Amino acid sequence: MAILVNKNTRVLVQGITGREGSFHTKLMLEYGTKIVAGVTPGKGGLDVHGVPVYDSVLEALDEQGSIDASIVFVPARFASEAVYEALENGIKLVVVITEGIPLYDELLLIRYAKSLDVRIIGPNTPGIIVPGEAKIGIMPAHVFKPGRVGIVSRSGTLTYEISREISKKGYGASTVVGIGGDPIVGLDFIEIYQLFSTDPYTDAVVLIGEIGGDMEERFAKYYVSLNRKKPVIAYIAGKTAPPGKRMGHAGAIISMGIGDYASKKKALEDAGIPVADKPSEIPLLLSKILKR
Amino acid sequence: MKLFEYEAKNIAKAYGIRVPRGEVAKTPTEAREIAGRIGRGVVLKAQILVGGRGLAGAVKFAEKPSDAYEVANRLLGSKIRGEEVKMILVEERICVAKEHYLSLTVDRSARTLVYLVSSLGGVEVEDLVKKHPDKLLKLSVDPLTGYKHYYSRVAGEFLGVARGGGGNLDHIMATMYKIMRDYDAELVEFNPLALECGGGLIALDAKIVIDDNSLYRHPELREKSTRELAIYEQKARELGFSYIELDGNIGVIANGAGLTMATMDTILLYGGKPANFLDIGGGASRDRVKDAVKLLLSHPNVKVLLINIFGGITRCDEVAWGIAEALEEAHISKPIVVRMLGTNEEEGRKILLEKGLKVYNEIDDAVAKAVELAEV
Repeated sequence: MAILVNKNTRVLVQGITGREGSFHTKLMLEYGTKIVAGVTPGKGGLDVHGVPVYDSVLEALDEQGSIDASIVFVPARFASEAVYEALENGIKLVVVITEGIPLYDELLLIRYAKSLDVRIIGPNTPGIIVPGEAKIGIMPAHVFKPGRVGIVSRSGTLTYEISREISKKGYGASTVVGIGGDPIVGLDFIEIYQLFSTDPYTDAVVLIGEIGGDMEERFAKYYVSLNRKKPVIAYIAGKTAPPGKRMGHAGAIISMGIGDYASKKKALEDAGIPVADKPSEIPLLLSKILKR
Repeated sequence: MKLFEYEAKNIAKAYGIRVPRGEVAKTPTEAREIAGRIGRGVVLKAQILVGGRGLAGAVKFAEKPSDAYEVANRLLGSKIRGEEVKMILVEERICVAKEHYLSLTVDRSARTLVYLVSSLGGVEVEDLVKKHPDKLLKLSVDPLTGYKHYYSRVAGEFLGVARGGGGNLDHIMATMYKIMRDYDAELVEFNPLALECGGGLIALDAKIVIDDNSLYRHPELREKSTRELAIYEQKARELGFSYIELDGNIGVIANGAGLTMATMDTILLYGGKPANFLDIGGGASRDRVKDAVKLLLSHPNVKVLLINIFGGITRCDEVAWGIAEALEEAHISKPIVVRMLGTNEEEGRKILLEKGLKVYNEIDDAVAKAVELAEV
């Protein structure tokens, strides 16, 4: 069991006929994800690895019945249109893989999604994986093992690295959520932690942050205010990042005096959250609070 | 992408916000002529993109046109915080009664836009946020509904300009919102926004930062987007890499922004210093890897090259071929440390072994080796 998705989640792939969309549809199917339909405007009637393709989300719903979640591979210029189509058709969880969506479009999209009670994961995310059950994302499946650690991250490959370290030492993950590397994302650390905190299959949470913004600081403040809490361990990337430079991710930039490594580390440690100095230290910190 | 002050002021002026009269000079003679046309005391401001210009000596005053010539002569061609001064904005001097801070930016946590307002004009926003949070007013704007006029009443009361002199505050705030939208900006800042001796608000400095993801909607700005970059940053940008120059001697190539930063940080932890941030992105082909390796091998500051790949979409055999081909073509012998895991790692390992390169499994081991080699 897990948060957000499970093996029964019925998934739509938007942008299914593109190079990335088609490739990852295959991998997700192999992992056991229940992909019921794909949408690419103008490509209705095709079939991608056995998944029927429709011209619109409405048509996919008419033909396939209920859809719980959508994963979006649509290029940046058209991605927000695709997300609007999903959320206005009542899909309650949208995972936006696309990188490079204009900031203002993201603002509007995420404000609107919140008003409709739709959960957006991303944009610019590797997605969500429930090891052994379902994968709605692009991560390499083999590094994840089932277990009782919840992982929430602003990064992609770094999440794979840390998940591998965790698996190597005999731990596993209940759910792994990439929240996205953009300045504006749908669900943040607090919102994902809240889901983990009520999930009976999660004993501890690993939080993977990076420089830029104040999401880690706000999480620390929130965590301190809780009476009952699950243990959290953190890693923050970007100790060596200079201010004013965008470190790959659109959101990874120290600007206007906000978002540096020292401030995040201090806020988390003051909240009683140990911060690992390097990825390989995370299992060590986990071993202090968890049984294998 | 950051605009130069004069560009931001031209935009503000075109939208009806008052800015000082002025022109850009590229030579001391031009500075003298502009000062002559203005006909009174002038301010000369170096047009560079680094912050904190006042303290760095990039802003000077001149009473007469001949003084303006002298000041321009000293400023042009000099380096301020590492950036060469190529242009100077020569402006009329304004009689100032009071200075304020006003900006519009993005509030990541609330997923809204936000006005930042302060009576401490001329103070860098970094200091306002950290040292004077009590003197800083934040006004959230929901992007779904846009600007509302009451914001300016609240801001005006906070600044003490509600009546009289601050009559154009509402126009300025509404216009900032319009500029933000029209230009896909992530920051529009007037600091200081001054109350003139004769009344009325005027933007003495202006800063506009455009969202990089939106540049495709602004082709006229896109051409300018590489101008603030150092030579290797420009080369890397042309090759399509995300690249940042740093001051160490261990070149870093990795896939994914988070992993690249984590690699740099681990280098620091082991006592070394990274020379750069280079993210080859997801699913890099052998040609891309080759370009990245050749770029860093040719960099004079790079003593050792550390490559850290966690293969997901990226295939280790492609990476290995890219490294091998770069070594053949580059003819530069610098030590290379490779750590590679994930998709097709066995094939990748074999390819590199044939070239005499050992492949590490763990970041820590690879970093320790790179740091050791960089110290020799």
